Formats: sequence, structure tokens, C-alpha cells
Amino acid sequence: MITFILNDQPISTEASPGSVVLDFIRNDAGLKGTKEACREGDCGACTIMVGELIDDDTIEYHSVNSCLLPLGQMNGKHVVTIEGINHAELNPLQQAFVDEGATQCGFCTPGFIMSLTAYFLSSDSINYNDAITAVDGNICRCTGYASIQRAIARVCQLLLKDITGDKLNALISHKIIPTYFKQIPAKLNELNAHNQTDIQPVDISQEIVAGGTDLFVQRPDDLIDKDVRFLSSEPGLTDIWQDDKFCYIGAGVKIETIRNSDIVRKQIPKIDDYFRLFASTPIRNQATLGGNLVNASPIGDTTIFFLALNVRIGIANENEKREFKLKDFYVSYKKLNKKAIDIVEYLKLPLLSSQHKFNFEKVAKRTYLDIASVNSAVSIRADANIIQEVHLSAGGVSPIPLYLAESANYLVGREVNPQTVRGVCRVADAEIAPISDVRGSEIYKRLLLRQLIFAHFINLFPDNVNLESLYRFTENEIH
Amino acid sequence: MSIKNKDTILHVQGKSQFIDDQIVPEGTLYAAVVSSSIAHGKILKIDDEEARKINGIVCILTASDVPGQNQIGNIIKDETLLAENDVHYIGQPIAVILATDAFTARKAAKKINIRYEAFPAVFDPREAYKNGSLIAPERTFSCGNIDDAWRKCDVIVEGRVESGGQEHLYLETQGAFAIPMEHGKLKVFSSTQSPTIVQKTIAGILNILMHKIEVDVLRLGGGFGGKEDQATAWACMAALGVWKTGKPVKLVLRRHDDLRMTGKRHPYSSDFKIGLTNDYKIVAYEAMFYQNAGAAADLSTAILERTLFHTTNSYFIPNVKATAASCKTNLPPNTAFRGFGSPQAMFVIESAIHKAAEKMGVDSSIIQHINLLNEGDEFPFGMTYKSKTAHECWDNAQELYHVNEIINEIKVFNEQNSAVKKGMALMPICFGISFTTTFLNQASALVHVYSDGSVGISTAAVEMGQGVNTKIRQTAARVFSIDIERVFIETTNTTRIANTSPTAASSAADLNGNATRIACEQILCRLRTFALEQLKQPDASKIDFRDETIFYNNQPTALTWEILIGQAYINRQNLSAHAHYATPAIFFDRATEKGNAFAYHVCGTAISKVTLDCLRGTYTIDAVKIVHDGGTSINELIDRGQIEGALVQGIGWLTMEEVLYDEAGILLSNTFSAYKIPDIQFTPTDISIHFLESDETNLGVFNSKAIGEPPFMYAIGTYFALINAIKAFNPNVHIKYDAPMTPEKALLSLYSA
Ligand SMILES: Cc1cc2nc3c(=O)[nH]c(=O)nc-3n(C[C@H](O)[C@H](O)[C@H](O)COP(=O)(O)OP(=O)(O)OC[C@H]3O[C@@H](n4cnc5c(N)ncnc54)[C@H](O)[C@@H]3O)c2cc1C
Ligand code: FES
Ligand code: FES
Repeated sequence: MITFILNDQPISTEASPGSVVLDFIRNDAGLKGTKEACREGDCGACTIMVGELIDDDTIEYHSVNSCLLPLGQMNGKHVVTIEGINHAELNPLQQAFVDEGATQCGFCTPGFIMSLTAYFLSSDSINYNDAITAVDGNICRCTGYASIQRAIARVCQLLLKDITGDKLNALISHKIIPTYFKQIPAKLNELNAHNQTDIQPVDISQEIVAGGTDLFVQRPDDLIDKDVRFLSSEPGLTDIWQDDKFCYIGAGVKIETIRNSDIVRKQIPKIDDYFRLFASTPIRNQATLGGNLVNASPIGDTTIFFLALNVRIGIANENEKREFKLKDFYVSYKKLNKKAIDIVEYLKLPLLSSQHKFNFEKVAKRTYLDIASVNSAVSIRADANIIQEVHLSAGGVSPIPLYLAESANYLVGREVNPQTVRGVCRVADAEIAPISDVRGSEIYKRLLLRQLIFAHFINLFPDNVNLESLYRFTENEIH
Repeated sequence: MSIKNKDTILHVQGKSQFIDDQIVPEGTLYAAVVSSSIAHGKILKIDDEEARKINGIVCILTASDVPGQNQIGNIIKDETLLAENDVHYIGQPIAVILATDAFTARKAAKKINIRYEAFPAVFDPREAYKNGSLIAPERTFSCGNIDDAWRKCDVIVEGRVESGGQEHLYLETQGAFAIPMEHGKLKVFSSTQSPTIVQKTIAGILNILMHKIEVDVLRLGGGFGGKEDQATAWACMAALGVWKTGKPVKLVLRRHDDLRMTGKRHPYSSDFKIGLTNDYKIVAYEAMFYQNAGAAADLSTAILERTLFHTTNSYFIPNVKATAASCKTNLPPNTAFRGFGSPQAMFVIESAIHKAAEKMGVDSSIIQHINLLNEGDEFPFGMTYKSKTAHECWDNAQELYHVNEIINEIKVFNEQNSAVKKGMALMPICFGISFTTTFLNQASALVHVYSDGSVGISTAAVEMGQGVNTKIRQTAARVFSIDIERVFIETTNTTRIANTSPTAASSAADLNGNATRIACEQILCRLRTFALEQLKQPDASKIDFRDETIFYNNQPTALTWEILIGQAYINRQNLSAHAHYATPAIFFDRATEKGNAFAYHVCGTAISKVTLDCLRGTYTIDAVKIVHDGGTSINELIDRGQIEGALVQGIGWLTMEEVLYDEAGILLSNTFSAYKIPDIQFTPTDISIHFLESDETNLGVFNSKAIGEPPFMYAIGTYFALINAIKAFNPNVHIKYDAPMTPEKALLSLYSA
């Protein structure tokens, strides 16, 4: 039995925990405002909000793609669809969309409205750029977005003035959300009291689901009649913490949580920009670090990112715990150094010193909400321009997320200059084995990795290398 | 402020209904489609034994279950609804599973095993051409004397141009819902741009008369041409299901199936030869277009024809020979998509101009400007260009957007930056308005004025977000001079409006708006006479309807609209009208390939500005600034939306949208994740639109002009802006005119010798 609040109504259902919330909303609850257009998290037409109690009277709301959202995870939560924010009259956000012509065929529109509503509810301050980021998971084929941008600008302008302190009430008074939202924390508390989740060891026959954003894309229709085990409800997996040597990120931590983490930002000041390149806001709100590591995609962004930070991975089952370097986790295509009953628990990052420099690069057909053609990360500790320690990774160029060991070896002890950079590109080119596929041809991926390695050094050592100096060295090589 | 599209109020609340949102009657069956997994071959055996064992399966339909003609070809009868013996592309429907729920239907579909004998398959249009595999005989438009003309040229440039396919990616996938009615009638709700084609095709499939089928269309979640001909099959399958089972049947494609089974914009491979004199006048232009039609005709021949009509874009060229061949390959039948073959043609002439400009050492804009159409110039198909707006838009754009300053800015920027380059390009467009198949240029409207003064209107136009219904509402409100809230537009329904032309060719507002105008005028005419009697006044010409009040001799009378209508009803006046409109004075003779094919032309000029990251090969579209001749717009909010939407769709076609098949014909770009379209962060930072002020008259409603397709072609400028940025970094680049310019192609060009 799954129990939650759908808009303003408590719901209990016997529907399968491995079915997706979209189907429940549309078919069981008969709420047709949430649309299905891709069922793979890539269009945003199905966007809803999910609220979770963080203390007795505060709920945190996030946008999520209901097409990939396991129903079983909704226990004790507040699920809000477009119907749940409608008033008798249009609210200012809806009105702005109408006034600016920001909806044409209308199929994408409820998704946009929900993403923005979640943004207004969840962010500390309101500004236009962040509001645009909030709809980075919403695709519209009709408008060309200019009218949507105008509508968003208009609402931000309106709300900017007086959304402070008591945001919930301010949003209610602006009719962005209905008044019933005030009663939801109490109602959820009541639900949760009867709603204990019991923790059990993993059974081989069970399907482990973290965010489900990978599983439900790979195997739609398949999990509905399976015995699913949700990791999100396990304690301990969802924290980020640090001691004097390491920073730990639990495998169940959501990508968006990492992006906004102060602890992580201390290590990687630009984490926010880097992780904005990962999927979209609603996917980041749902996808976990562990899922990204375990799905073992050769192009996984967090995998490539953390490989270059020389992290260790902690895995465990009922009987044993192990910890080893992340680069040793990947054996061959989608084959991991892990037993079926093992759960990934955390990543452990050595704290970076002020001498460390880090850079992450990702190029895809579309900058946002796209899988990389090639991605790469590097961390370098240099002393007087001599490289002391370096870790370099690259995705999309091999059957596994690749730690470029030989390239790193090559770099250690060398001075940062165009010749060194050019040299390491040659070593890297011999270390990789890209294949032609929908994300690019082999020769493109080879060239692109070279360019991304250039980019690492140009970004991190602008005084030592720039594109012109590198180009002069390489001009005669590529045809 | 512009009148709002009433539907948008529903959209923002999630209250607007699409096919899949409709509440279905109990007992409704759900359909799933089984399709070919090979590109060409013979079906040896369909093994459905496993599928039949599944609980909830009601029946499995194949070609032998079709009672009438197993045929959905519209222009050419060359396409089966369900494959009979042979299959010609991956995704070609073979069987339809009906089950008590959609999940079960899909599950069963996966369990159907089909054995084939594979035949060789062809995917390249030039190869198909060589094999003589054409959809129809090739066609040639020509004027002047091309053979002589080459001798007059100082510069001659030849080249090859490729443009890729494009997935429509309407957010609402294809779907239909059919229910049985008494007397063997069927009611079919379809997400189609062509209700009558759906009706007619179902009649053929079921071997029943058209009046037995009522097709109803509420709205589409996007169409863009993808639901002009290719919505039909799914409606036919649902109808066939109803016929077989007597139960309502719903068929909504999942995205993956939609992408796999439906056709896209036609990829073209083309050759050109262009000749100019030293003063940049284009003297001669020759082009050969190889259209990749896919495995069946669909609308390919009509699209091919429009390619020929737009061979010379906005330019006057005295000697032209353009030949086009619709080549049959083993891909899903390609189909209509905004622009309908004209973007492909315009991309070729712009490439030719770009290459000639490069050879002559000038910017393309010099050649573009000198050769722009002047009033009185003749197109290769014999029609005269009767407007001045091609030049007016160009000149306005130059001034309004300070083109010379942009050019300078970019020059300075490029001198100062080595790793980032900027580029710009101008793009004039000229697009003919009318179906080039003359008979389609007709529409009708049924207008009822109810006794309370409210108005209900039915037309052939299908609303898909383009705002046609709003324009029609405005038209009626304007003719009657009443509050727009009195006017309601009904669904598009074949029992109310028969013989509908597709909502396509940008012409729905023109055709249906004019039909509505005429119907309203007929009622108005009766009302005038009646009002005169009521007012006991003599002179009909002094009656005036203004803002809901009836005026006589410029004085308001006691008669308001509501009172007048109430009295008219009591006095047995006819308050309904059905009117038909056919665009006057258009014709085209396919024997001579000459004629006055279009009601009028839409022109405009766009300036595109881009920034290219020469380290990574990625780019941003910084600005597209447009001067557009939209006539006297009925609704600027809607027209602006159409321009922005078409432009960004066009930018997608030329930049990131890449339809990819592997060597076996399997679609690789088969998901939203593998096929990228512009998102909100890629869309140009600055889209400026200025509507040209012009007092020219035309055949649109109240001098408005069609808007749907023409702005798509502005995007072609962004391609050349990118090329120019690449050249700023790598002057030695050998340009391949090969759209789309993906980041991959950009990077490879940046570093090619
Ligand atoms: C629209 C979209 C965009 C995307 N964009 C990107 C992108 O830009 N970059 C990128 O790298 N990826 C992208 N992805 C893929 C994304 O990385 C994964 O979907 C996500 O990180 C997986 O996390 P999850 O928690 O949802 O995993 P799930 O789907 O729940 O699980 C994935 C797999 O990991 C296993 N698993 C999960 N957690 C654990 C654990 N702690 N221990 C053991 N096994 C575990 C599961 O059993 C399952 O086999 C995208 C996905 C979508 C749908
Ligand atoms: S349906 Fe497209 S993201 Fe869910
Ligand atoms: S309005 Fe049609 S997809 Fe956005």
C-alpha cells in the first residue's frame, strides 16, 4: 500500500510500486493535465512537483519527471500536478504565459508551469537566470521559447519585490499556489506516523532502484511486475559530510544536492556550473550519484568528474564492506567490480589543497540536457609550473569511463607548456578507442578529446598556454 | 494588445484535451502496432501464437482483415495500411494488436515473431536515381536559355549541397480514437491536419461511403506537416479495429514507435551550377535535386514541386533550369514539414551564392542584394512578382538593424580574438502562398448566429497552436462588429464541413478566414435588410453595425446586436450561412510547368549573428533580426509567435537536428535523447522582429498574410553565419555545404586543411 497526498487529497493505492507516477496520475487518478511526450525524462511534458517533509512544518518541493518516477517512492510525500495549483482564475504565472503567447499547441505548457512553480517554491531568491535554468528540462516545439522567456521575465519581475521571509505565504498571496498548501505539512505528518519503511538486506531477485532515471528509460514497462527495492529510503546513503582528510558523498545523494552542496563547493568552487551540464533540473532532482556510477555509462558525467578527483568508492553487502579507487570499479563495458548484492555506499574525495586545480569539460550536440559526445576532467597539482600530481579522465572514448593513466604518467614531472600539452594529447590519443555512433564519429571524438585537453590547460594555466600557441604546434597534424 | 488565443487559458491550466486525454467509454480496446524490422524484404511468416496466449488480447489484425482496399496512398496509390507480402522500410506496419489495455497490447506486440527473406535495400537517393527507382517522372522548371547563358558569364561555380532530414517532434504523438455508432457509422477522433483525407481513406479501407464516417478534430499538440498525411494510418487502424470488434478503439503511439514508423522532412542531395557577370548579376542557374522520398509517395511529389517553385528564392535569374527527382529508398516515407521542400531549394541557391561570392572575393550579401526581385520580374514558372516588399524588407533591415555596424563589430572582434569567432549572414526569403495543387485552394465555413446573439463557427481549419481559430474568431467579430466573446469556434468536423483541404501550406487562415468572412457577410446582408424594416428606414446603405449597436445614418438606434438577433429569429430570418471560398485567379499547367501558381508572395530579410567557440566547436546563435512582410496582421501576438517558432525550428534543422540511420536502415536518432532540438538556452538570445509597413493589397483576410511557413527559411542565414565564423578561424577550410552544421562538423571544419 502506497500512501501519499495528491494535490489536496490523501491517496492510498495498491498499484505497483514499480509503476511510474505519470501512469497513476493520468489513468488511476484521471488527472490529464500532466502530459506524456517521451517517457524518457527528456521533454518535461510530464513534470510535476514532489514535496517532502524536512522538518515538522516545512516541506521542500522539487520538480521531477513523473514518467520516470517510481510510484513506490511517493510514500509520505506531497505530489502536486498542474490541477493542484489551479485556482478559479489564472494565477500570475499562467496569466503571463497567456499574455505573452508563451503557449501555442499547449502540450508542453503544464510542464513549464510546474517547473517554474517548483522553482519559486524551492529557491531562496528569485532571478531570471535561475528561472530559465529551472525550465532546462522542458522542451517546446512550437514557440521557439522567446515568448516563454518574456513570460518568465514578467513573473520574476512581479515576484522579485515581495518574495522574502515567509515565502509560502507570499506565494499563496500571489496565488502562485493555493492556500491548501499550508495544511499539507500537518497532513503529511499524520500520514508518516502510520508509514514506517522497514529496511531489509538486498535479495538477489530484487531490482535495486535509486532515482530510477536510468532504469525506467532502459526498461519501460518492465519494472511494473518486479519486486523493487528503493534505496532512497535507506538511511546513511543520502548525506554529504567531511572529516579532516576526506569529503564523503553518499551514493543516494541527488545530483542537484551535490550541485548545491557547500561542502562540495568548498572543494570545487565551480560545481554549480559543472553540474548544470548534467541532464536537467528535474532529472538532477531525482537521479543519484550511485545510479550514475553503477549504470557505468562510458560517458557518465559524474563518473568522469570524480575519476579525475582520485576518489575511492565504498561498497557493502550484508557480510562485507570494501573500499577502493573508483578507477578500479570499471572492468569492461558495463561490467563492474561489484557483486549483485553489493550496494554502493559512498564516494570518498581526498580534500584538495590550494595548489590543486580542477577542470571539467563536456561537449554535446546541445549544451544542456544532452549526453556528452566526449567529456573530460582533470585535477592537477603543480609547483612552479612543474606538474607534481595529475589525474585525467575521459568519457565517450572507450567502453568504460576512462581514467587516462598513461597520460597522467606522462605529465608528472613536466613543465606546463604547449609542448607538454601537445605531448599528452598524443599519449591520450593512443590510450583511447572511441567508436562512431549517434554521438559522433571516431575521428570527431579523437579530435574533440584533444581539444578538451587543450581546454583544460588553457583554463587552468592561461599564462602558459593558449589556443594560438597550441594550434601552432598542431597545425600540421590533423586533416 | 492582441486578442488572445482562448485555448491558451486552458493550456496553462492543463485543461485542454488531446486525443489521449479524452475519457473513453467502458469496453474500449487499445491498439499497438507491429512493424517491419527489416528495410526491404518479403514476409515469410507471421507467428502470433505466443501473443495470442496473453490474457487480454482481443484480436490481431493483418492485411487480410482489411475489407476494402488496403491502401492509404493519397496522391499516388502506392502504400498499404498493413503490409501484404513485401516490406519496404523498417517501421512499416504489418499488424495491429487489440487488447483490453495498452500495456497488454504492447506486451503482445513484442511477442509477435515475423520471419522475412531480406532483399537489398537502398537509402541513398542518388543511388536510387541511378537504379531508375523514382516515385514519379522527374520534373524540370526552366526559363531563358540556359545553354546560351553560360557563355555570357564571367564567373561560373559548381558544387554539391546536402541537407538532412528533420523529425517533426510534435509533442503530442500520433493517435486516434474511433467509436462505433448506429447504422454502421463510425466516429473518429484523430490528431490530423487533414480530416477529409482521414475520412476518405477509412472509407476506402472499410469499403463504405464517406458519409458513414465522421472525423472530428479538437486540436493537435503540434503538427508542422507531420500530421498532414501521416496521421491517416493510425486513424484507419483504429477504424478497422472498430469494424472488426464493434468496440471503441484507441491507438496512441508511444514516442519510440512514432519516431520509428513515421516519415520526416526529406533529405536532399543536390548539384548546382551558377553563372554571374563581373558586376555580380546572376545570369544562369542550374540545379538538380535528388529528393530522398522514402519507400512510398506520400506527399513527396507535391513537395518536390514546391522545391522547383522556390529554386531561385528571392532572386530574379533570367536563365534557369531546375530538375528534381523524387527518389524511392527504403526509409519511412518522408512527408510534409513546414516549408514543404522550399527550405531545401533555398539552401541550395544560398550555397551557390556563397560559393560564388567566395570565388569573387565579396560577401554574399552583395550578390544577394543585386539580384533581389523587383516588381515585374518573372519567376522561372512564368508568374510575375507583383510586389516591392523584397527590396523594402532588405532595405529596412539594413537601416533598422545597422547592418554595417554589425559587420564592423564582428571584424574588430575577430581581429582581437583568436579562440572565439563571430559570424553573420543575411537571408532574404520569398515564399509563395497557395497550395500548388490548385484544387486544394478552397475552404468553407458554416456560421450560426444563435437566438441569443452568440455565434458558432465551423470551418475546415485545424487548430494546432498556430492560432488559426483566433484569427477566424476575430474575422467574424469584425464583420459583425460584435464582442469577440460572442464568437466560438467549434471542432473541425467532417459532418459540419465537408471536403476539407488539409490545414497546411500556411493557408488555413487565408482560406477559412475568407470563407468565414463571406458567410458572415451573407448573414450581415440579411440582417441589414431586416434592420431596415425594423427601423422603418428607406436606405440600406445607411445601416451600419458598430460595436454591438445598429447605426442608421451614423446615429445609434435602439437596436443592439442582441435585440436585433432576437427579433430576427422571431421573424423567421435565416441566421445561418454556409460559404465557400476558392482563391481566385490561380492556376498552374503541369504540361508547360508555367502558371500563376500563387495568390501572393511573402517576403522578408533576416540578419543572423553567431559566436563560435573555436576550441570546442560549439556555438551560440546570438541574434536573428528580422524585417517581415506580414501584410496587415490580424494578430501580431500570434504572428510573432509563428515567426519565432518557425525560426527556431529552422535553426534546429540547420544546426543540431540530425536524423541518423545506420547502414541497415535502423533509425539511430530514435529517442528524444538521441535527437536534439533547440532548448530554451540554445534559442537565440535576441530575436528581433519588425513588421514591414506596406499598403499593398493581397488575397489574405483583411490584407493579412499567411505566416506559418515563410519564417522557417530565415534560419538558413544562421548556417552561413556559422560558415563565416569558421572561415574567420580557418581561412583554408574547404566548405562542404552539408546541413546541419552540428558541433561535430563545425569542429572538423575548424581543423581541416
Ligand atoms: C533525461 C536524462 C538525461 C540524462 N542526462 C545525463 C547526463 O547529462 N549525464 C549523465 O552522466 N547521465 C545522464 N543521464 C543518465 C543518469 O546518469 C542516470 O539516469 C542517473 O544518474 C542514474 O541515477 P538513478 O539514481 O536514477 O539510477 P537508477 O535508474 O535508480 O539506477 C541505475 C542503476 O544503478 C543501480 N544502482 C543505483 N544506485 C545504486 C547503489 N547505490 N548501489 C548499487 N546499485 C545501484 C540500479 O540498480 C540500476 O541498475 C540522464 C538520464 C536521463 C533520463
Ligand atoms: S514524458 Fe517526456 S519527460 Fe516525461
Ligand atoms: S506549445 Fe507546442 S510544444 Fe510548446
